[in-house]
Amino acid sequence: MGRYLIKRLVIAVPSLLGISVILFTVLALAPGDPFGELATNPAVPPEVREALRVKFGLDDPIAIRYFRWIAAMFQGDWGFSFASRIDVDTLILQRLPATLFVIGSAQVLALMIALPVGVMAATRPYSLFDQISSTFAFIGFSLPTFFTGLLFILVFSVQLDWLPFVYSDVRATGWRWYWENLRQAIMPIAVLGLFQAASMTRYVRSAVLDVIRLDYVTTARAKGLGERTVIVKHVVRNALIPVVTLVALQMPAIFGGAIVTEQIFRIPGIGSLLISAILANDTPVIMAVTFVFACLVVLFNLIADVLYGWLDPRITLG
Amino acid sequence: MDGSTLASPSADVPDLAQRQARPFSPWLDAWRRFRRHPLAVASGVVLLAMILAIAFGPFVWKVAINDIDFAARMQTPSWKHPFGTDDLGQDLLARMLYGGRISLAVGLSAMFVAITVGTIVGAIAGMSRGWVGPALMWLTDLFLSLPALPLLLLVIYLFRDSLKAAFGVEGGIFIMVVVVIGGLRWMPVARLVRAQFLSLREKEFVEAARALGATKLRQVVRHILPNALGPVIVAATIDVAAAIIAESTLSFLGLGFPPDIPTWGRILYDAKDYLDIAPYWALFPGAAIFLTVLSINFIGDGLRDALDPRKVM
Amino acid sequence: MDEQGLRALITDVKTGKLSRRSFVQRMLALGLTAPLAAQMLAHSGVAHAADEKFKWDYKPTKRGGGGALKTLWWQGATLLNPHFAVGTKDQDGCRIFYEPLAAWDPDGALYPVLAAEIPDLENNGLAKDGKSVTWKLKQGVTWHDGKPFTADDVVFNWEYAKDPGTAATTSGSYKDVKVEKVDTHTVRVLFEKPTPFWADAFVGVRGMIIPKHLYADYTGGKSRDAPTNLKPVGTGPYKFVDFKPGDMVRGELNPNYHMPNRPHFDTIEMKGGGDAISAARAVLQTGEYDYAWNLQVEDEILLRLEKGGKGKTDMSPGGNIEHIQLNSTDPWTEVDGERSSMKTKHPLLSDKAVRQALALLIDRKSVEDHIYGRTGTATGNFVNGPPKFVSKNTKWEFNVDKANQILEDAGWKKGADGIRAKDGKRLKFVYQTSINTPRQKNQAIVKQAAQRAGIDMELKSVTASVFFSSDVANPDTYPHFYCDIQMYTTTMTQPDPETFLLQFVSWEVATKENKWQGRNITRWTSQEADDAFKASQSELDPVKRAAHLIKINDLACNDHAVIPVVYRPRVQARSNTLAARGSGWDSDFWNLQDWYRTT
Repeated sequence: MGRYLIKRLVIAVPSLLGISVILFTVLALAPGDPFGELATNPAVPPEVREALRVKFGLDDPIAIRYFRWIAAMFQGDWGFSFASRIDVDTLILQRLPATLFVIGSAQVLALMIALPVGVMAATRPYSLFDQISSTFAFIGFSLPTFFTGLLFILVFSVQLDWLPFVYSDVRATGWRWYWENLRQAIMPIAVLGLFQAASMTRYVRSAVLDVIRLDYVTTARAKGLGERTVIVKHVVRNALIPVVTLVALQMPAIFGGAIVTEQIFRIPGIGSLLISAILANDTPVIMAVTFVFACLVVLFNLIADVLYGWLDPRITLG
Repeated sequence: MDGSTLASPSADVPDLAQRQARPFSPWLDAWRRFRRHPLAVASGVVLLAMILAIAFGPFVWKVAINDIDFAARMQTPSWKHPFGTDDLGQDLLARMLYGGRISLAVGLSAMFVAITVGTIVGAIAGMSRGWVGPALMWLTDLFLSLPALPLLLLVIYLFRDSLKAAFGVEGGIFIMVVVVIGGLRWMPVARLVRAQFLSLREKEFVEAARALGATKLRQVVRHILPNALGPVIVAATIDVAAAIIAESTLSFLGLGFPPDIPTWGRILYDAKDYLDIAPYWALFPGAAIFLTVLSINFIGDGLRDALDPRKVM
Repeated sequence: MDEQGLRALITDVKTGKLSRRSFVQRMLALGLTAPLAAQMLAHSGVAHAADEKFKWDYKPTKRGGGGALKTLWWQGATLLNPHFAVGTKDQDGCRIFYEPLAAWDPDGALYPVLAAEIPDLENNGLAKDGKSVTWKLKQGVTWHDGKPFTADDVVFNWEYAKDPGTAATTSGSYKDVKVEKVDTHTVRVLFEKPTPFWADAFVGVRGMIIPKHLYADYTGGKSRDAPTNLKPVGTGPYKFVDFKPGDMVRGELNPNYHMPNRPHFDTIEMKGGGDAISAARAVLQTGEYDYAWNLQVEDEILLRLEKGGKGKTDMSPGGNIEHIQLNSTDPWTEVDGERSSMKTKHPLLSDKAVRQALALLIDRKSVEDHIYGRTGTATGNFVNGPPKFVSKNTKWEFNVDKANQILEDAGWKKGADGIRAKDGKRLKFVYQTSINTPRQKNQAIVKQAAQRAGIDMELKSVTASVFFSSDVANPDTYPHFYCDIQMYTTTMTQPDPETFLLQFVSWEVATKENKWQGRNITRWTSQEADDAFKASQSELDPVKRAAHLIKINDLACNDHAVIPVVYRPRVQARSNTLAARGSGWDSDFWNLQDWYRTT
């Protein structure tokens, strides 16, 4: 396993570089102009726009721009945003706390709901609990987050006036700071978490169902082990393989994924940074965020592969 | 026959001609087992009904989809407008039927593309012991890292005109939307299928099949794949809903069908600001998407049970 | 409306027959701006009566104590240097900390901020030959870091903005003038030729002044490195606290502010992100915020939200006109690698009957009533103005039968499919606009009416960031105009209509050669319009100048190069406890120091 891990880590570097080349090329080729807004402003002379394009090297060939970018990255210089004239890493770091807090908690909430509900539903398939939880799961992922988000806002902010719906800096101290932060975060966490939980519950249920019919489970029961031990020690561990795969796929989405939720609740997260950079054609920001995202993708899939070996010793990854 | 020992005293040599000629094949067997799954059959009927309604509905319900009538805005369901009207006075039933063509077609096709590509990639990667597996996984990681929106803009920019020329306005957009949505959702399926394969290929029944001389392909198709379908079915149901919504997100960004085409996702989006005064407007498209998801799910469950050789039905 | 007519109206104002406000509104309807109208009246000796001046009752009697002012800009500010501002969101973010010499009030009159008084002919601020303006600066103004504000800062801003190395977006206002220091608190702006519209440099959104002592080392190519870019030090009512691009700008009260008893609020927060409707909700329904900017939302929804009783919507008339452009060239034929080239003529739209018919098919009343409501007043030809000012001239009309008649008479006969055709050419158009729900609804309404007249319309909508970009390679941008008909709003926060009217002169046609950066998008040209424009550029008498500009408008509208749809004021939402007023000719924060909390 150690050798496999090292081999994978070594391969990860060139594979990331390869991904970065393709990412950069896609961004360079995609239509759009970072200085578009200046176009609608008749007071800005065309020479100014031209000067800006030259200054940021936008008209150089793609290969040169790529090497310039990768060389800068290695030196720790993540680039300079066209739109805000501010360093990209400052931008990302500013947005990291809100992202980790809200989106991260949503993922945790999703897992905390999906695992027990999925397992319970699978141990009693087609029972009332299973039907109800499955129906909620279907409703959950049939409705897009822009819809459920708005529904929550209408109920909890407008009608009941319990919760604020604009996420902003909390100007308070002491325990009130925690309380206010919780109040404004609870709706987005719930909206996003429930949406993720809906699909994850179905996967957990399906994975457990697959395993629960296998012989060794019957053997365990026949041995006289209590149902709880059977489930927890034997079933869940083996059913975890698809779950681990899924969680590994979801983790990078914390960094850059929850665009709609962030927009509805005005959470200053990395997802909204990414979408506004895309719409403003702010290439350095897009490149930096997607590159970190790519690193996370590769990292978490690697962790998942290693975990397979631990969960099911028969798996050999060669 | 002289000199042969019968298996047992009671063994009779059956009269082959008398035995009822019952056709047997694995697919027919699966179909038979599927039929025994009540929810699956019911769902199949519901889905078929929806498809028929969408295909033939507009010939029965002849109200136009974009008849703007300000006198009839925001009306709750009535005989004249069974689903009510929106804020421009357009009939929602007609719009749902028309848009449903696109929503269902896009939803089902994109889902199909995603799970087919994902299953094939995952199966190959899961079975390989050489460099093919890691190479395919690298490809998967690449696609997972690609930001959807710039990629979409690029694809549309590059291919819109040629597709339009080849397939007409609506056909071209349809192909583009299906390829783009399906093309960005196959990766989780591939990872999940590969994980299943990694674990299943070491199991005894596969080893047994190998011992019997089954080729790799036969091992995969006949033995491993039917057991690996669990996550694929779940992915399929989730992907249908996601594809229908993704299509509306595309149109909202100007990258899909024109905004006056009332796909279900689009109607849902238009209705969201009127939730407090006209909840029925959002209720119908939401229910339609929910029903589609529900049916796909039960059909999938039925399929899985039907194909599972261990389950006795 | 020619010069005679204008002078007659001005006489009416002088004698009291017509109120000043009505005069200004009529000028707006003619396509002019409030500042220009004010200039016309001033030049003709019509005194700005004290009771008609823009009044603001500032009630608080001491500085501070108002608590927090929370504002919501659904597009967040992305940078805080006014000379790099791209769009009003940046200008507004800067305006919290920086100030210009003077601002435009809602009536189009100048309001002194850092200037001691407004220059005019009486106080010798304005030279009689129109070639210079002398500004007297306020005494005793300090920057947030305590250093004094002097004429050196003003001169420095001119040098900074006009330097091509800085690539300032405000350079258009500064590159053709010369600014010299007269003494520590007086500057003179010199023009090469007599300039009728002198109030451009140092005024309004393009006139905010940055401190010389912090920016002197960061001019030209080094401008992006200045640390003050992220930590603004200005003369404004609030001092800088925090800035997160695209998300949040925060300020706190400036204890040394140069106007007494101001500002009232202790802190200010400008939150960004989200969309317009939820911004309206936050102010009008839940009361979480006090003020929301630029609500491009259907009026019906706004009215419903106002019922919550927590806030109101305000409209600030400016120069924004939502209009439809008809392509004079052929977008479907490529000449030398360019579509919509000046070398082609549009096969269908060059027939005046078709254009006339289209003008009759826009149901402005429905658009106003059911989409824009108070946020969009139906307007026809600029010449004829909104229905409130019914004149003997024809007003805008919506008449499907008449359109059918015109087309029939011109030889466009309905084919078997219901679409009219002539000489084998079918009346089919591609009609594009940006993604924006009211616009899509507008498109649907137009399409339906067109269908009833036998015209087939294919609707297209382009994502806003692409539609409004200047990307040379992208065919979907509005300057490319690679379709038959398009619709959008030209924002005219320019106080002077001349820049707006550049879209009708022949040397501004957008072509491949000038990378589609010309401002004449419709590619419509007319010798008369060109002549009138040239005449207006050097005409010092504002009334004569106005007559020339109106003529250009008339020519373009009567020839149906453009079809105006609705006249759109700026819409803001304001909490019932906030006293604030927007100006359509300047930033929303033009008088931020005068805002206060009513109890």
